[in-house]
Amino acid sequence: MGFVREIGAAGKIGLGTVIRFPTVFRSRDSRAEFSHQLYKTGISTLPVVTVVSLFTGMIMALQVGLELRRFNQEIYLGAAVMISLIREMAPFSCGLCLASCVGSAIAAELGTMKVNDEIDALRIMSISPLKFLAVPRVLALCVMAPLLAFYCCVIGTIGGGVVGATQLGVDFGQFMSSAMSIAERKDLFVGLVKALVFGLTIGVVAVSKGLGTKLGATGVGRATQHSVIVNFLLILMFGYMITRLCYQ
Amino acid sequence: MSIIEFKNVSKSFDSLVVLDGLSFQVEKGEILAIVGPSGTGKSVTLKHIVGLLDPDEGEVTVSGKPRIGYLFQSGALLAWMTVYENVALPLKETTKLKDKEIEELVMAALHEVGLEDAADKYPGEISGGMQKRAGLARAIVRRADVVLYDEPTSGLDPVTTLTIHKLIRKLNRDHGITSIVVTHDIQGAIHLADRIMLIKDGKAVETSKVEDFVQSANPVVQEFLEAMKGELK
Repeated sequence: MGFVREIGAAGKIGLGTVIRFPTVFRSRDSRAEFSHQLYKTGISTLPVVTVVSLFTGMIMALQVGLELRRFNQEIYLGAAVMISLIREMAPFSCGLCLASCVGSAIAAELGTMKVNDEIDALRIMSISPLKFLAVPRVLALCVMAPLLAFYCCVIGTIGGGVVGATQLGVDFGQFMSSAMSIAERKDLFVGLVKALVFGLTIGVVAVSKGLGTKLGATGVGRATQHSVIVNFLLILMFGYMITRLCYQ
Repeated sequence: MSIIEFKNVSKSFDSLVVLDGLSFQVEKGEILAIVGPSGTGKSVTLKHIVGLLDPDEGEVTVSGKPRIGYLFQSGALLAWMTVYENVALPLKETTKLKDKEIEELVMAALHEVGLEDAADKYPGEISGGMQKRAGLARAIVRRADVVLYDEPTSGLDPVTTLTIHKLIRKLNRDHGITSIVVTHDIQGAIHLADRIMLIKDGKAVETSKVEDFVQSANPVVQEFLEAMKGELK
């Protein structure tokens, strides 16, 4: 029963946030806050995303390359790495990075504000916490998640190419040519849509957990933890659903 | 003329009954202190007035659509904004005033609480007493008719406590702001308020003028006053 109530509350927050997206462009202050959130979401997570995507591409190239070598098919290494990255691994690893770096921070920040009465203070001043706090954060995640997923794909492919060239004897140019030959617009589109859905999910779950915080510091810790766990699970589930919807 | 009225208000959280048929009135322009032991529903009472909570039973009436300010126990300032930005926030978000007009109102509110020099500081850079004064400036910046104070002096030293009490009195005297002060500090309530209401077990045990309250024959009031004297000693 509590689970259903929680989904209902998150849905209400999600809807309330999405319909308020246009308000972010209405005043100079809200535009400035949105820019700040874009920076926090995108630029400050860039080092983590870079390392994660680089190693994702390298591991995939190594594993797939060793198998392909058994059949003398290393020339397809670039295609194999690219197709996995663009369809699945780039949005997936980007989603996990954002859930752990940004989603957790949002849940903790809003949770702390909740237990310090700052959320109630906003409501008393007739300021909607969704408009003031949730919209810039969630919208920044929706904008940055697809961009970071694309970035993940590029870095992962480069990482795969380096492993191919240094450890599997696949020429870097050949790797890239193979990778580019397989990539279709549909794959890119589905990958970016996936990342967008993940960004929205991460934002809504984090805001919902943060605003629902109770019981002081313990509650903030619990909200942060739940935000990360729920986001990881939803990223996996939604990832599967979108793949099934688009490729079957 | 009463500006706020509670009629048999009851409120429970799960099985915990916090307010149990609470009834009282607040007159326009007065300072009402609400005192009582912890967990008796003092802050919950304030939250009903601003609509943060709805009663399970009974009725809360706020007459004449007054502008209501609220000073939280913690000050509830936004940590990433300066004192100036915190005070300006309700004006920026809920009015169409120009920057110059906002600046005038904010600086007037900061002047009222003696914080003009701290305008550019962040909440983390000022003392607890200053944070509460900044919270008070934010509460009055929209020219509030009613200000609700939730434990405005808790955790403050006696000198700062006196400063806050003087400020509440000054705002009441100069601007006719109706004030409801929730406090544990019975000495402060006696010094500050026009009337005092004692809440126990979610009910108003006694509501009377200060001079009548301290001489009340009500055994619950006597017990509370004795307990507070013991605590002071």
